[in-house]
Amino acid sequence: MQLALERRAERSTFIAIASPLIAIALTIVTFAILFAILGKNPVEALYVYFIEPLTDSFTLQEIAVKATPLVMIAVGLALCYIGNIWNIGAEGQFIAGAVCGSWLAVRTNGTDAGAWVLPAMLVLGAIGGALYGLIPALCRVYFGASEILTSLMLVYVADLGMDYMVRGPWRDPAGLNFPTTAAFDPVASVPILFEGAGRLHAGSVVALIVVMLVTVLLGRTIMGFEIRLVGAAPKAARFSGFSTDNLVLFTFAVSGALAGLAGIIEVAGPIGHLDPGVSSGYGFTAIIVAFLGRLNPIGILIAGLFLALTFIGGEGAQISLKVPLDVTKVFQGILLFYVLACDSLIAYRIRILRPIRKASPANA
Amino acid sequence: MLETLSNIFHLIFSVNFILTVITASTPLLLASSGELVVERSGVLNLGVEGMMIVGAACGFAGDYLSGSITIGALCGIVAGAATAGIFGVLTLGLAVNQVATGLALTILGVGLSGLIGAGFVGERIVPAPHLYLPVLTDLPALGRILFGEDPFVYVSVALIIGVWFFLYRTRAGLVLRAVGDNHASAHALGYPVLKIRMLAVLFGGACAGLAGAYLPLAYTPFFIPGMTSGRGWIALALVVFASWRPARLVIGAYLFGAVSILGLALQPLQLGVPQQVMNMLPYLATVIVLVLISRTRGTAGSAAPASLGVVFVPDR
Repeated sequence: MQLALERRAERSTFIAIASPLIAIALTIVTFAILFAILGKNPVEALYVYFIEPLTDSFTLQEIAVKATPLVMIAVGLALCYIGNIWNIGAEGQFIAGAVCGSWLAVRTNGTDAGAWVLPAMLVLGAIGGALYGLIPALCRVYFGASEILTSLMLVYVADLGMDYMVRGPWRDPAGLNFPTTAAFDPVASVPILFEGAGRLHAGSVVALIVVMLVTVLLGRTIMGFEIRLVGAAPKAARFSGFSTDNLVLFTFAVSGALAGLAGIIEVAGPIGHLDPGVSSGYGFTAIIVAFLGRLNPIGILIAGLFLALTFIGGEGAQISLKVPLDVTKVFQGILLFYVLACDSLIAYRIRILRPIRKASPANA
Repeated sequence: MLETLSNIFHLIFSVNFILTVITASTPLLLASSGELVVERSGVLNLGVEGMMIVGAACGFAGDYLSGSITIGALCGIVAGAATAGIFGVLTLGLAVNQVATGLALTILGVGLSGLIGAGFVGERIVPAPHLYLPVLTDLPALGRILFGEDPFVYVSVALIIGVWFFLYRTRAGLVLRAVGDNHASAHALGYPVLKIRMLAVLFGGACAGLAGAYLPLAYTPFFIPGMTSGRGWIALALVVFASWRPARLVIGAYLFGAVSILGLALQPLQLGVPQQVMNMLPYLATVIVLVLISRTRGTAGSAAPASLGVVFVPDR
């Protein structure tokens, strides 16, 4: 018996919708087995991961807080990935945005600057992220260098650059030598939505707006059409005169800006200052979010909330089940594998091939 | 100014510096040798970083529990090949996009290595011994460079020579290159394209796993999460730098090894450059080299195997 792939005559719409759900179900089964091997009660573990965070309003808000940067970054990445353009350096653009926006917060710290500070910081963050994202795009358009490798390399550069700023020029003199800037002033901070009830902040609203704008961009504009066309049929796009180069620049600038915006919102919101640990891998987790959401903004919103749930659940599991935090990363990695595998079934079906019986040699 | 320059000069041509360059280059050479074969077969596995970090965690665990460098290295190799196997099943068996799957492999690898290595952080092992041959190793200058390395260094050199011999001097190597350059023709001639690619992917994973294991077994005698720090990605860039040729890969690996430790080596000279900027060097160098290489080559990637990264589903 042998298995083989066979191309479907038409893409299966049923599987297109069901595939993320199948992937999640498979991941959960895999995980229940993994927990059983680790000697934990699988039912209890799954409850801690997926149900418990949903049971009180504080952790519900935490999920939204965690999902905010993930969704913003992933929506930008989806634009790139739909067009077969591979920006995998969102982590670096996130940091670049955080650093650029923080510059203003640090400069105005302790002055009586007005309410213009926060909006200006957000703009700076978006510009910083966009410019940083444009570096690999320009390297590809003008020199033909693979954007995959250059965008990833720039993550390390951004990380080291931020490290230098918070240990050097921007370090809080009153910070007991910790590598951190002074806490941002209230005018430089993203406001909390429900004061005293949790950490949900205005950035989540920005993320929702971003989701809507990108939905419109993809579905209702020429640019969105070009992105989808270049992704689906690059040759046809070339014949119809669309320039891939412009698309590379555009998608990198937009995804960079969104990652940068997410970066400055994270720093000016939940964190409240700049320190070397601000990123915690959002730029990479957002890649999973983008694929789990089937590169669709609304799908990404749901996927972002789901992955945020695993983060919060993972933190809970660390305390109550004593499992390391890395279990969450493994979960997310396995989930991405299952998503990709299930996606393959949209275009292909698996056929079981039975070997044609030959004149069988005398086997006793 | 002149004095600083002469100091740098002295440092770069000292035996100790060359010895550190060789150890820094060895994981790059090991990992990129494997990836070279993978890419020549037409598969782009971006998961080198993930396979390396899993290899590092398993290699350390194997050595720590058994007390043997060889067993540690074997654990790294098996772990690398096993993770590569997942990649192979998805991209070759299920025809999934190779770029996305490679990224997934890296994300999974980072998590897995954290999970495997969690119990070993802070532990130490005895690093791999260095070769010592009487008289030969004691020769001035070249003695230690040629005859006083750790075993992995010799393995890495043997590996890349083996890869060259296989690709250009054996029939199997010719078939593998044919598969990478035109999978449809190779399939039409009756070669098992997917099987050949799977073997190449497993070989690449084993090399990446060994490269990862080198870090805790010989480079630094302990395990830190994320200790590969982008070396897997640099190995990928090296294959492009080398135009998919083994000889150039050796040059590239040693050049990048040198750049990657330059920051550390120049530290005592107090050049007034922030350490973080010095640490950016290998990453910036990778970007600059990719730009220059792609530019001189004109039309993007003309030296790349023609079927690189293209999904192949045999029709029957």
